Amino acid sequence: MNRITRCFKALHLTGRRALIPYITAGDPRPELTVPMMHALVKAGADIIELGVPFSDPMADGPVIQKACERALAHGMSLRGVLELVREFRRADSETPVVLMGYLNPIERMGHDAFVANSRDAGVDGVLTVDLPPEEATELAIALDSAGIAPIFLLAPTSSEERIQWIAQMARGYLYYVSLKGVTGSAALNVSEVAAKLATIRAHSDLPLGVGFGIKDPPTAAAIAEVADAVVVGSALVAKMGELADDPERMRREVTALLTAMRQAMDQTQTPVALAG
Amino acid sequence: MKAMRNKVDYSQFPDSTGHFGRYGGRFVAETLMEALHELNTAWRTYRNDPEFLAELDADLARYVGRPSPLYYAERWSRQLGGAQIYLKREDLNHTGAHKINNTVGQGLLAARMGKTRLIAETGAGQHGVASATVAARLGMECVVYMGTDDIKRQALNVYRMRLLGATVQPVNSGSRTLKDALNEALRDWVTNIDDTFYMIGTVAGPHPYPLMVREFQAVIGRETREQMLADCGGLPDALVACVGGGSNAIGLFHPFLDDSDVAIYGVEAAGDGIETGRHAATLCAGQPGVLHGNRTYLLNDEHGQIIETHSVSAGLDYPGVGPEHAWLKDIGRANYVAVTDEEALQGFHALTRTEGIIPALETSHALAYTAKLAPTLRPDQRIVVNLSGRGDKDIYTVAALEGIQL
Repeated sequence: MNRITRCFKALHLTGRRALIPYITAGDPRPELTVPMMHALVKAGADIIELGVPFSDPMADGPVIQKACERALAHGMSLRGVLELVREFRRADSETPVVLMGYLNPIERMGHDAFVANSRDAGVDGVLTVDLPPEEATELAIALDSAGIAPIFLLAPTSSEERIQWIAQMARGYLYYVSLKGVTGSAALNVSEVAAKLATIRAHSDLPLGVGFGIKDPPTAAAIAEVADAVVVGSALVAKMGELADDPERMRREVTALLTAMRQAMDQTQTPVALAG
Repeated sequence: MKAMRNKVDYSQFPDSTGHFGRYGGRFVAETLMEALHELNTAWRTYRNDPEFLAELDADLARYVGRPSPLYYAERWSRQLGGAQIYLKREDLNHTGAHKINNTVGQGLLAARMGKTRLIAETGAGQHGVASATVAARLGMECVVYMGTDDIKRQALNVYRMRLLGATVQPVNSGSRTLKDALNEALRDWVTNIDDTFYMIGTVAGPHPYPLMVREFQAVIGRETREQMLADCGGLPDALVACVGGGSNAIGLFHPFLDDSDVAIYGVEAAGDGIETGRHAATLCAGQPGVLHGNRTYLLNDEHGQIIETHSVSAGLDYPGVGPEHAWLKDIGRANYVAVTDEEALQGFHALTRTEGIIPALETSHALAYTAKLAPTLRPDQRIVVNLSGRGDKDIYTVAALEGIQL
């Protein structure tokens, strides 16, 4: 069984929701990424989304864009990201790792090589932001055959027809983009999110994650009431950017925010009975 | 080879999902798919609507000033001593370049879709000016994204856009040029999808942009065809146009694709020379990849990161290219070549001094290649060059390069 599926099964039994932090690999410096991943797990992360830096991150806001620039300035690459995952796996064989990035670095490596290298490194899921289902069939099948979950985005504007189609192609979990905008945008509307999630659930049994715009523990808790997973990225990455020169303080503040989110989510949740 | 080429039915490309062979398509985040679907539906409704087309034709005639003349550059032809050279005078359009053909069309479409806000990206500023112009006329809000490096080298066009009521939004990320302006415009669009129409200025981006922009620009080639038949009694032997994203080129080339005797040359920017790495010759020196919503040739490093390009001309300074050009290159229907900054400047001066026409630096690349091509052809052969834009906007750049302070 894929680590992602195992992770959601285990959470389901305890009635908890998944907390999924996103960080950009290599930001602010490559040698800080694996220690940060371990620290995030300790602070309550269930799955880690590891951003593959790209020169032109079109769907991301300024915070993650700058993180990409910092990582690239230190020579980070898709190959380097896979090395980091391999290193992380030496000390953690359980926490699922999902790569999130753009298609061109994968194209340049070649789909087959990318799938094989990801499997060997211990990657569990791949979210390719600029690869909608129209263009994704080939890569999605290759990933799935290798036991890696192709993870897809759903948007407030996605029609029911598209939701159905994407749900069929997706594995692991579905990632619902909570608002019209880029990563790190303004506040989201929880009741709108809840309504859309209900529509999605009618078409899929996959766990539903929600991301884009979750910045603080109260929002994380509110989303945890309606979703199976809470994804938090820009709020953490912004701190990493601010504190890039003080790695110890950076680790402390980033994990403190994640822990606060974890606690807020766990407090408001009703165990077991409502979880399914 | 020729027999095989004739079998391609060019009217069947792109296919219904926007693919030209392996190129094109729709590579964007799910957040944009519905907007593209809405745009495609509207475009398919109006592209054959008699009322829409009549309005477009009337605007092209009375507002843009079409048809643009086909001018016989007799003196320059004689000086080069080979083929006869004809210039398709897109520089005489309102706002001074071919870009307005597209923005007038997209503006009409935006109005019919009920959108009230136009956004655009721009490199040299020509597409930005053409967008701001149309927005002013339609009474729409207009935001133009422009890299801070380009803002510096195209101050005149920045001021023109502001005079027209547009907001010029400086883009400070990445290489601070056209590609980054495009990223930023996409981010705006995804955030303001309900009321905003994104006017892409070239034949790139996700489907249907490469098709839609081609159809708006193909008026260039259709007129050229008629004018050549009327003035010379036959088709040209060769077509030459500069290629950044490639909209003026595809506009000229497309109506001639079936005419296999017409040779086609797209001219890219070789900057300091392809061997120096400081260039923007995507088709000549790049590889297939995915950027800005389509699969096409790109300039990227071994890790798939897009690399910074260089050209003296801001409008060609782009690491991608329209997917139809990528396809035409692979099937061998068009030839793609590159000329350096220095050669382009020679082309700039040559036309200015022999014909009294100051061309844009983008266009000067096509002229520079024509100067190489013409002497290899016979005097009874004819070349049409797309004179895609006028050079007023570039005189500060040219003066600075020559150490002259204006």
